[in-house]
Amino acid sequence: MDWQAFALTLRLATTTTAILLVVAVPLAAVLVLGRSRWLPLVEALAALPLVLPPTVLGFFLLVLLGPRTPIGRGITALLGHPLAFSFTGLVVGSVIYSLPFAVQPLVAGFAAVGPELVDAARLLGASSTRVVFSLLVPLARRSLITAAVLSFLHTVGEFGVVLMLGGDIPGATRTLSIVLYNQVENFDYAAANHTAAILLALSVTALAAIYMNGQMRGGRRA
Amino acid sequence: MLDFDLNAQRGSFHLQVKCRFVSGWTVIFGHSGAGKSTLLRLLAGLHAKAPGNTLQGRVELDGNVLTDTANRLLLQPGRRRMALVSQHPSLFPHLSVEANVAYGLSAMDRHTRAKRVTEMLELADAMDLVNRRPQNLSGGQAQRVALARALAPAPRLLLLDEPFSALDGTASDALVDRLQIWLRSNNVQTVIATHDATDAFATGAEVALLREGRLAAFGPAEHVLKEERERIVHRLRPS
Repeated sequence: MDWQAFALTLRLATTTTAILLVVAVPLAAVLVLGRSRWLPLVEALAALPLVLPPTVLGFFLLVLLGPRTPIGRGITALLGHPLAFSFTGLVVGSVIYSLPFAVQPLVAGFAAVGPELVDAARLLGASSTRVVFSLLVPLARRSLITAAVLSFLHTVGEFGVVLMLGGDIPGATRTLSIVLYNQVENFDYAAANHTAAILLALSVTALAAIYMNGQMRGGRRA
Repeated sequence: MLDFDLNAQRGSFHLQVKCRFVSGWTVIFGHSGAGKSTLLRLLAGLHAKAPGNTLQGRVELDGNVLTDTANRLLLQPGRRRMALVSQHPSLFPHLSVEANVAYGLSAMDRHTRAKRVTEMLELADAMDLVNRRPQNLSGGQAQRVALARALAPAPRLLLLDEPFSALDGTASDALVDRLQIWLRSNNVQTVIATHDATDAFATGAEVALLREGRLAAFGPAEHVLKEERERIVHRLRPS
C-alpha cells in the first residue's frame, strides 16, 4: 500500500472540496437568484467539465498554465515555479474538473427553496448575501452535504486531469489513481486489487453516508 | 399617501392601474384573477424579470419615488418601508416564531429587538407561540405570526393579500379591530386585497374595484360595491 499516495489523495480531495464549497455556494446562488441574460452561458461553462474528456481539460490547463502563455508566465513569476507538475496545479485542475459536482446539487437545493421565502426575506430588508447564508444554505444543507461528498469522491477518483497536469511525481502529484494505473501497467494485480478496493470502499462509504443522511431526514430530494 | 400608475404584463395577463390611495385603510376588491396580488407585489417592488414580464410606470409613497421605470428606478423591496403579508404566510421553516419576527430587525441591538418582538407578538395575539416552529402552527397562527413579522420593522405601508383567510370569523374580527387601532396610532397606511365583499363593508374603507387588471371603480364601499351588496342581500333573503 502506497501510504504517501493515499495521504496525498486525501489532502488533494479535502483541499479541493473546501475551495469548491467556497466557490460553488455564491456561484449557485447567482445562478438561482440572478437575473442576468448571461447566466445560461455561465451555467453552461460551470457544467462543461461534465462532458469534456478529462484528458482534454488536463491538456488545456497544461497549456494555459505553462510557460508559453502570459497567465502561465505570470503565475510562475508569482510562485517562483510553474503550476503544472505541482500539488497546487493539481488543486487548480481538480477544482475546475469537479466544479459541476459541487454546483449542480447546490443549484437544485437552492432552487427548491420557495421563491416566496426569498421574497419575504427581501421585503424584510435582507441583502442578497444574507438571503444566501440565512435562508438558502440552512434550508439546502442536505444539498451542501451532497455537494461536498460528490466533490470529494470525484477528486479522489480523477485520473486524466491528474496525469496530464501533474504527471507522476511521488509525494507531489502521485495520487491513488496514478498508483493503480502504474500497478496495472506493471502486471502487479494483487497490489492493484488492494488499491482499487480502497478507492471502492471510500466511494461506497461516502455515498452510503449521503443516502443515510437523506433517509434520516425523511426524504430523497437532493 | 400612495400614488401609482402601473402598466405591467405577466405572461398573458395585463395590468394597467392608476390610482391614489389617501385613506389610512384602503380595500382592493376583485374576484379571483382580477390582478389584486399582482398589483400588491408590484407596489412592494417584487417585479420578477422573466420572459413575457414587463413593467412600466411609477410608484410614490408620501412623495418618495419608489418605482420610476422611465428613469430606471426600482427601489429594492427592503428599502421601500413596505410590508406584504399574503394568504400563504411564508414563515422561515428553520427558524422559531421569535426568530422569524426578529428577522427584519437585525439593525437593532438585542434588548430593543427582544422588546419589539414581544410587542408585535402581543399585537398579533401570538405570544404563546414564541418558541414554536412554523411547521407546528395552524394556518391561522401562522398568519398572525406573519403579520407580527411584517410589522416589526415599522413599515410605512402595510399590504395585506387576503391575510385573514385562515382565521375564523370571531378571531379575524378581533384581530382586525386591534390592528386598525394600532396601525392608526402608528401612522401606518394599509392596503388590503380581498375577494370577500363583507371585508370591505366591515371596515368602512375606501374601495378600489379591480376587474381583469383594470380599475373599474374607486370610492366609498357603499357606492363601489353597490352591486355586490345587492347580491349578498339577495342571497340572504329567504326565498
